[in-house]
Amino acid sequence: MKYSYFPGCTLKTKAQELEKYALRSAEVLGFELEEQIEWQCCGAVYPLATDEIATKLSSVRTLASAKENGNKLVTLCSACHHVIKRVNEDMKTDKSTRDKVNNYLNISEDYKGEVEVLHYLEVLRDEIGFDELAKLVKNPLTGRKIGAYYGCLLLRPDKVMGFDDPENPSTIEEFIKALGATPVKYPYRTECCGGYLSLDNKDKAANMASSILLSASKHEANEIVTACPLCKYNLEINELKSKVTVTYFTELLAEALGVK
Amino acid sequence: MTRVKVNPSNRDKEISRIIEISGENIYSCMQCSKCSASCPANSEMDILPHQVVRILQLGNYERIVNSQTIWNCASCFTCGARCPRDIDITKIMEAIRLTVIRNKGESRIDVDELPEKIDDKMPHQAIVSVFRKYRK
Repeated sequence: MKYSYFPGCTLKTKAQELEKYALRSAEVLGFELEEQIEWQCCGAVYPLATDEIATKLSSVRTLASAKENGNKLVTLCSACHHVIKRVNEDMKTDKSTRDKVNNYLNISEDYKGEVEVLHYLEVLRDEIGFDELAKLVKNPLTGRKIGAYYGCLLLRPDKVMGFDDPENPSTIEEFIKALGATPVKYPYRTECCGGYLSLDNKDKAANMASSILLSASKHEANEIVTACPLCKYNLEINELKSKVTVTYFTELLAEALGVK
Repeated sequence: MTRVKVNPSNRDKEISRIIEISGENIYSCMQCSKCSASCPANSEMDILPHQVVRILQLGNYERIVNSQTIWNCASCFTCGARCPRDIDITKIMEAIRLTVIRNKGESRIDVDELPEKIDDKMPHQAIVSVFRKYRK
């Protein structure tokens, strides 16, 4: 199976591990991620204002290019996924945005939200299947206690993201289980890490991230996994204090598949 | 106790603009405060999220734009996810921020100060986000 793939700017710079291990694992799992030509930064945050058009254009270009190739679009970074999936929903359901964007972009065929946007974890869960994934594991992570950290952007708003139950998700726990490790559920796994507050309000972001790490360690997780570079950054600044290590979910995947 | 009557028909144009940009119906809020209780950044807020909505209903624009609350919202969408009246308060916070930063000279981030705030590990995602949230 071939998918169009949108990496996003952080995966080419500070979060190279997230991408590298995803691509290696995809090879083992038998699907191809074809990086889009001339992709542009998604803007990192979804434009929440009803009157903004320009900030949605790069996502629409990405979506229209996937449509042209006849592919589903796969993302890896939680933030890119959030932005592109929500812009896609706007193009599908909001006529005013759709008309303005299409008039401006002047692409050969109007884009109307036709492309299916999948996060890599959704490919594993819905296209490959966690049972199948478990069969391909070479180095089961037996005995490791791993907490899933979802954060905000994969889950909320549930009506648009449709990733999992926003209050009690289980996708990443099932993923951890498929790799042979023991998933640890802890209360703060869907709480915000502080996000972009860490640039201008470091203390606040540190507080928020510490609560998450403390919650994970209280429930005896030794490590936690995330799909978001900014979550990883915020959590890592504080990880020494809690002795909980933070990695990308793709590192865990590659390790279990024997390609790390 | 005095009963306060909310009259949307004679609100001022700034409040109308916030409502228009957000696309949310602030008048369906029943002040249950679930948003404020859920907000992970509430300790940094001088006005709690449900109070922001109330102040908008009452039309006090100055009180809202001069609050620290709007700059400490991390856009985590927890408030909207838990609102029993289906109001996306994150969109209201964004609309208030925009009514400020869309004015000339009202940017909340000084580009010259940025290099000091960025370390080697900080992802681009954080920097791009801040440009979108605090500057136009």
